[in-house]
Amino acid sequence: MRRILNGWLPIYAVAYIVFLYLPIVFLPIFSVNTSPVPQFPIADFTLKWYRDLPRTPALLDAAWNSLVVGVSAAVLSTVLGICAARAITRYRFPGRRAVNGLIMAPLVLPEIVIAISMLLIMLQAGLSLSLFTVVLGHILVCIPYSVSVLTSGFEGFDRSLEEASADLGETAFGTFRRVTLPMVAPAIISSLLVSFTISLDEFIMAFFLAGTEATLPVYIWGQLRFAAKLPSVLALGTLMLAGTFLLLTIAEILRRRAARRAQTAGIALA
Amino acid sequence: MTTAAGGSVPYRARRGTTGTVLQSETARAYALISPTLLYALVLLVVPILVVIAHSFWTQDYLTIDRTFTLENYRVALTEPIYRDLLMRSLVISLLVSLFTVVLAYPIAYFISFHGGRHKNLWLFLITVPFWSSYLLRVMSWKVILGYNGVLNSGLMAVGIIDEPSTAFLYNSTAVVITLTHAWAAFAILPIYVSLEKVDRTLIEAATDLGDGPIRRFLRVTLPLSIPGVISALLIVMIPTVGDFVTPRLVGGKDGVMIANAIQAQFGKASNWPLGAALSVTTMAVVTAMAAASVLVLRLLMRLGR
Amino acid sequence: MIDIRNVTRSYGTFKALDDAVLSIREGEFFSLLGPSGCGKTTLLRMIAGFDNPTSGSILIDGQSMVGIPANRRPTNMVFQSYAIFPHLNVEQNVAYGLKRLKLEAAEERRRVDEALAMVSLSGLGKRGATELSGGQRQRVALARALVMRPKVLLLDEPLSALDKKLREQMQVELRRLQQAVGITFILVTHDQYEALAMSDRIAVMFGGRIAQVAAPKEIYQRPVNRQVADFLGGMNFIKAEMVEESGDAIVVDTHGFGRIRTERPRSTLRPGSATTVGIRPERLRVLWDDATASHEVAGTVVERHYFGEITHLIVDVPGLEKPLSVTETNDFGADDLPIGATIRLGYDPDALVAMAD
Repeated sequence: MRRILNGWLPIYAVAYIVFLYLPIVFLPIFSVNTSPVPQFPIADFTLKWYRDLPRTPALLDAAWNSLVVGVSAAVLSTVLGICAARAITRYRFPGRRAVNGLIMAPLVLPEIVIAISMLLIMLQAGLSLSLFTVVLGHILVCIPYSVSVLTSGFEGFDRSLEEASADLGETAFGTFRRVTLPMVAPAIISSLLVSFTISLDEFIMAFFLAGTEATLPVYIWGQLRFAAKLPSVLALGTLMLAGTFLLLTIAEILRRRAARRAQTAGIALA
Repeated sequence: MTTAAGGSVPYRARRGTTGTVLQSETARAYALISPTLLYALVLLVVPILVVIAHSFWTQDYLTIDRTFTLENYRVALTEPIYRDLLMRSLVISLLVSLFTVVLAYPIAYFISFHGGRHKNLWLFLITVPFWSSYLLRVMSWKVILGYNGVLNSGLMAVGIIDEPSTAFLYNSTAVVITLTHAWAAFAILPIYVSLEKVDRTLIEAATDLGDGPIRRFLRVTLPLSIPGVISALLIVMIPTVGDFVTPRLVGGKDGVMIANAIQAQFGKASNWPLGAALSVTTMAVVTAMAAASVLVLRLLMRLGR
Repeated sequence: MIDIRNVTRSYGTFKALDDAVLSIREGEFFSLLGPSGCGKTTLLRMIAGFDNPTSGSILIDGQSMVGIPANRRPTNMVFQSYAIFPHLNVEQNVAYGLKRLKLEAAEERRRVDEALAMVSLSGLGKRGATELSGGQRQRVALARALVMRPKVLLLDEPLSALDKKLREQMQVELRRLQQAVGITFILVTHDQYEALAMSDRIAVMFGGRIAQVAAPKEIYQRPVNRQVADFLGGMNFIKAEMVEESGDAIVVDTHGFGRIRTERPRSTLRPGSATTVGIRPERLRVLWDDATASHEVAGTVVERHYFGEITHLIVDVPGLEKPLSVTETNDFGADDLPIGATIRLGYDPDALVAMAD
C-alpha cells in the first residue's frame, strides 16, 4: 500500500497540475495562430493580433480603467485589511470570531448576490454607476484576501519587539515607523499585489457596477460575442496572464521573505 | 528626572478622561477594526438586507410598490422554469463541490505528506492558474471542448472518433468540468492546511498500536482533516451556485443556472423584486444544502469510527 | 531605590499580584523567584511600564512611576524572547535606543562599541540579527539594554532559552557584568539554582503573593514555610510540638530528633501548638564505623540512588512518619551501602528549622 501510494501519488499530482494548466496553455498557443478559429493544427505563426491591440481605442480605455480601479481597490482594501489584521492578531476581544467571519464573508457568498445587492443599494442611494462604484465593490471582494495575507504576515510578529522598542525609549509612532512597518512591509506589498490582481481579473462586480465605463474583463466579455475577435482576446488574455504571473511571483517572494523573518525572530522562543 | 516629573502630570490627566475607555483591550480592538467592520456593514450587510426587503415588494415598471407580499417567492418556488433552474444549479454545485474535494484531497495529501522541501513550490504552482482571469479560463475551456476544439481534434487524430462530437460543449457536463477546474485551488488549500495540522506522532502512534497504512489513514488522518474537507466543501458549494459566466459561455441551453435568471431580472427583464426573491431563495436553499452535506459528512465519519 | 508599595494587579476577580510590598536597593542583584503564574513576570512588567497596577504604586528613586509610559522610565529590559529586531544588524540593534538621544556620531559609535565589548561581541557588529546563535542573541539583548545606562536592568527569564552548559556560563558572566557596571539588576526566574547562584537577595513568590524576601543563604537555610522550603530543593519535614518560648527563639519537641531550639517561624505559635521542622538532605551525614556526633539518629537504608558525585539515600527512621532523604558524597562509599543496612546519621541541631505550614 505504502509503495503503491508513493508510486501513484506523484503521478496523480503531476496529472492534476496538467489539468490545472491545460486551459491556460492554449491561450498563448492560439494567440499566435493566423487562423481565427482555435483549432489544431496551428495554421501559421503570427504576432498580428498583438500588434492590433494598441490600435484599439476601446481596449486602451478599458485597460486604463482597470488600472485606475485596480490601484484604488488595492490601496484601500490593504488599508482596511491592515486595520482588521492588526486588530485580529493583536487583541483577543469578545466577538472576534464573528467580526472576522463578517469580514471574510464575501469569500463564501455567491458573487452575484453581492453584486446585485450592491447594485441595489447604490441605485437606492442615488449613486450613478461609474468606476467609483466598481472600486467600492472590488474593495469588498479584495478585503478577505488582504486580511488573510496580512494576518499571516502579522501573526509571526513577536509583540515583545514593540515592547523592546518602547523600553528603549521610542514613542508609539516611532515604534511603528522603526519596527512595525519595516517588519510588515513585505506583507503589505504582497496584499497590494494580490488585491490588484484580483481587481484586474474581477468580472461579475464590474459587470453590474461599471455603468458605461468598461474594465478589461467587461471589455473582453463584450468581445466574446464576436468569433472573429477571439484571437485578439486571446492575445490580450496572454498579456494579462503574463502580467498576473509576474505580480504573483513578486508577491510570493515577498511573502516568503516576510515569513522567514518572522520565523527567525521566533527562534529564541521555540 | 525632571522630564518624568513634568510629564507625569499631563499624562495622568489624560488617563483620567479617556484612559478608562482606551485602557480596555476590547475597546482598542474595536477602534482599530471599526473602519473595516463599518465597510462590511454598510456595503455588505445593509445591501443584503435591502435585497431581502425588495424580495417582499413588487415592481410596476420603474416604481417599487412597498406593500408586503410573498408573490415573488411564490413565483420563484412554483414557476417550473425557476424551480428547474434552481434544482439544476443545486445539482451542479453539489457535483462540482464533490468532484473538487475528491480530486483535491489526494493532491493536498501528497503535498502535505510527500511535498518535502518543495511544499511551497507545489502550493504556488497550484494557486497560479486560479489567479488568471476567470473569464479567460472559461473561454479556454470553450476552446478545448468545442466542436472544432482541442479535445475533438485530439480524439480524431488518435482515431477514437471519426467526426467531431458535440457532446462536450453546451451542456451541464461542460459546466461541471469548467467549475471543477475553476475552484480547485479553493478546495486544495483548506484541506492542505488541516492536513498540515495533523500531528505526525499521532500517525506513528496508530502504527505503533498496530494499524496499517490504510487503517491509520481512515482512523487518524482522515478524521483529523475533516474540518478542512468541510471548509473546502462550503467554500466551493456556496459560491458556485451563483455563477453565471460559466453557464452562459459553455452551458448552452441545458447548462443555464439560476444566476442567469437572477441576472436577467436585473438586466433585460428588469424585475428587481423577483430577482431579489430568486437571490434570497438561492442563498437559503444552498445554505440548507451545505448544512445538510456537512451533517451527512459528520455522520459518515461517526459511523466509520 | 525601587519601592513596590502595596501593588495589586487583578484581571477581573483573579489577582495576578496581591498586595506586594518590596524594597530593592541600589546596585543590588535581585531575583523574583517562583513557579509560573506566581506573578513575578507581572511585577517585572509593571516596573518596566508594560502593565499598570490596579492599586498601589511603584517608585524608582523616590519618584512615582504611575502614568509614566515604558519609553520614559529609567529601566531597560532583556526580554525572554530577546526581541532582537530581525531587520537590523547587531550594531543597529544596540544603537536602537541611542538614536533617540541624538548623540554625536562618534559618541554613539563609542557607546555601541563599549557595550559590545562588555558582552564580548566586539567585531560582530555587522552580523545580521538572523545569523546569531541563542547565546549571541542574549548578549545583543543585554548590550542593547545596557547601552542605555538604565538605573535598573530588568531580566525576564533571560537564560531559559539556553542549553544547560551555556546557561551556567551565562550565570557567571551576568553576575560579573552586574558587579562591573554596578546597576541594579532585577531577574525573573523559575530556576532556584539560578536565583541562588546569582542574587544578592531573592523574593520567593507563590500565587501572586511574596512569601519571603532574603539573601540566598537565608532563603535556603531558613525558609519561612514549607512551600518555600520545597521550591528551593529537597527538605525533610518532621512533625514537632512547641514546648517553650524565649523571645524570638522557641524550643520544640520533635518526633525522632528530640528537643531542639530554633527561631520562631510565625508569631501565632504558642506553647503546645503543633508545628513542622525541616532539615535539608545534605545536612544529614552518614556516620561511618565508630565515628560519633553530638546529635545522631539511626535508621535503615530502604532506597539508594546514584548521581555520580553524590548518592541519594532514603533512610527509614523509627518514629518518623516519612523516611528521611539523605544526600551523601561518594568519598566514603555511600554508593556501595547495601539496601537494608542499618546506619547512623549525624546532624547539627542548628540545621533544623521550624516552619509555618
